[in-house]
Amino acid sequence: MSGIELLNWARGPGLQIAGAVFVIGVIVRLAAILLLGRKTDLSRPREGAMWPGLRTVLTRSIPDAGTFRRSPLVFIAGYVFHLGFLLTLLFYAPHILLLKSVTGLEWPGLPVSLIDVLAVLSITALVALFINRLIDPVRRHLSRCGDWLALLVTVLPLVTGYLALNRMLLPYTDMLAWHILSVELLLVVFPFSKLMHTFSFVLARWYNGAIAGRKGVQV
Amino acid sequence: MADNETLGEQLRRQGISRRSFLKFCAATTSLMALPPTMVSAVAAALEKARRPSVIWLSFQECTGCTESLTRSHSPTLESLIFGAISLDYHHTLQACAGHFAEHLRTEVIDKHPGEYLVLVDGSIPTRDDGVYSTIAGMTNVQILEETAAQAAAVIAVGTCAAFGGLPHADPNPTGAVPVSDIITDKPIINVSGCPPIPTVITGVLAHYLTFGGIPELDELGRPLMFYGDSIHDRCYRRPFYDKGLFAKTFDDAGARDGWCLYELGCKGPTTHNACATVKWNEGTSFPIESGHPCLGCSEPDFWDAGSFYNPLSAPIGDSSDWAAPAIAAGAAAGAALGLYGRRHKADAEARREPLTARDLEDKS
Ligand code: SF4
Repeated sequence: MSGIELLNWARGPGLQIAGAVFVIGVIVRLAAILLLGRKTDLSRPREGAMWPGLRTVLTRSIPDAGTFRRSPLVFIAGYVFHLGFLLTLLFYAPHILLLKSVTGLEWPGLPVSLIDVLAVLSITALVALFINRLIDPVRRHLSRCGDWLALLVTVLPLVTGYLALNRMLLPYTDMLAWHILSVELLLVVFPFSKLMHTFSFVLARWYNGAIAGRKGVQV
Repeated sequence: MADNETLGEQLRRQGISRRSFLKFCAATTSLMALPPTMVSAVAAALEKARRPSVIWLSFQECTGCTESLTRSHSPTLESLIFGAISLDYHHTLQACAGHFAEHLRTEVIDKHPGEYLVLVDGSIPTRDDGVYSTIAGMTNVQILEETAAQAAAVIAVGTCAAFGGLPHADPNPTGAVPVSDIITDKPIINVSGCPPIPTVITGVLAHYLTFGGIPELDELGRPLMFYGDSIHDRCYRRPFYDKGLFAKTFDDAGARDGWCLYELGCKGPTTHNACATVKWNEGTSFPIESGHPCLGCSEPDFWDAGSFYNPLSAPIGDSSDWAAPAIAAGAAAGAALGLYGRRHKADAEARREPLTARDLEDKS
């Protein structure tokens, strides 16, 4: 199969299969969480539940000094990776055109040179997190296959995207095909791995805040 | 060989001046992307070259490739036909017809085995025993196999002959295939494009004449000297691409200022051809210069790669075709799993045996 044939497969059937697995998987996982239900709490809430829940979603996303002191590398690399990943995903012009073709929405992009830097920062952060997980005995013992897999499928689209953008290693057509295929791998693994935290973190943080709010605990 | 004369001898016999010959050589040299210092070497090689017979086979095609060839300007088709090659069989250009024409084809095969060139335009139908295209009672497969069997090399001219092209597009009703699917024991040069650039067709012929062999080819069998770079690599609108300045419509301010055509569907980044350097119509311009995005016509399956006007990064096909069913399937599966989860929880609650402090005391 030539590069262009691989690219056409990746842009066509490949994307359809991966997209369908992703959509079905995410909906099933979210439905499973939401439909399970909670026992009705008969006590009168001290503070409301909704607002403290939402507030916690926000406050737990803001860095706190304690975490930074305990684990500066995880803290910095974590933020750099997440911001870099989201910005390259959402603000690189060709990505915007892809999302526009699916959602109909459009927004301005960032210059290619900035995207390039963000991709390098993100990759570096992920590599640092990987090494840290590998050499820190506690983290290594806590790590399961799913943790390594999540790291791998996240770094692959960044690396292939960077190489394609800079016309490195393989001809552009081939690298673009591999980039899209790596994204498809990410889409397929996503719902069945800890990458689901992209959606479930909101539910988890909201729930924490909500029960604290009901009990009148300040969070 | 059409005759035993060398090209030099023949040109002299025809009264072509040394000066005109060197001009032809200079044009040929630059066409092959060789430095000007090579002109004398090319002249020496061409001087000694013998005019090869050429059989041009037209199968499932639109004659666009021949139309393109007739617009070659350096060397012109006339100078090629009357000087460098002996075009002995070509449906559109030959004077004779019927049995005479077919006789000429078989005569070349018989007289010059292993020495003549076969040029093919159009794809070859294979479904239903190839009945969808026949010439003189023979299917295209039969003619191609018979003609190529004794050929020195085969040149597939145009995307149909090189990769199947339009007839091969989904659902490919005639079972169209490229030359390389039928002929597997001869060197094949793919000169793709819909149509190919005229000077690229003549350039490949000139290379064959000068060096007598097959030029270096890419993974798709195309000569690297013409197909080595992508359109995007050589595009004069590239600085706008790098700055993220894209025309949104064919007539907005950006389009008029020459901004990049990526958003309008340009396939330049994944298309390999010489349009941006050799250009068309005697070097006048190329599609992107005229304000139209590159269609990717020199790549396989370009007809099946979605709309010409969809950006390269957008999916091929309509996302709503699969997204809506996927959402419905996800909702149904999610609801089923949710209900199962609830039942499981209710069961667990029903089976739960509360343990009190007294129970523990009793047990101890
Ligand atoms: S117009 Fe096409 S080939 Fe030219 S820079 Fe833009 S995307 Fe590349």
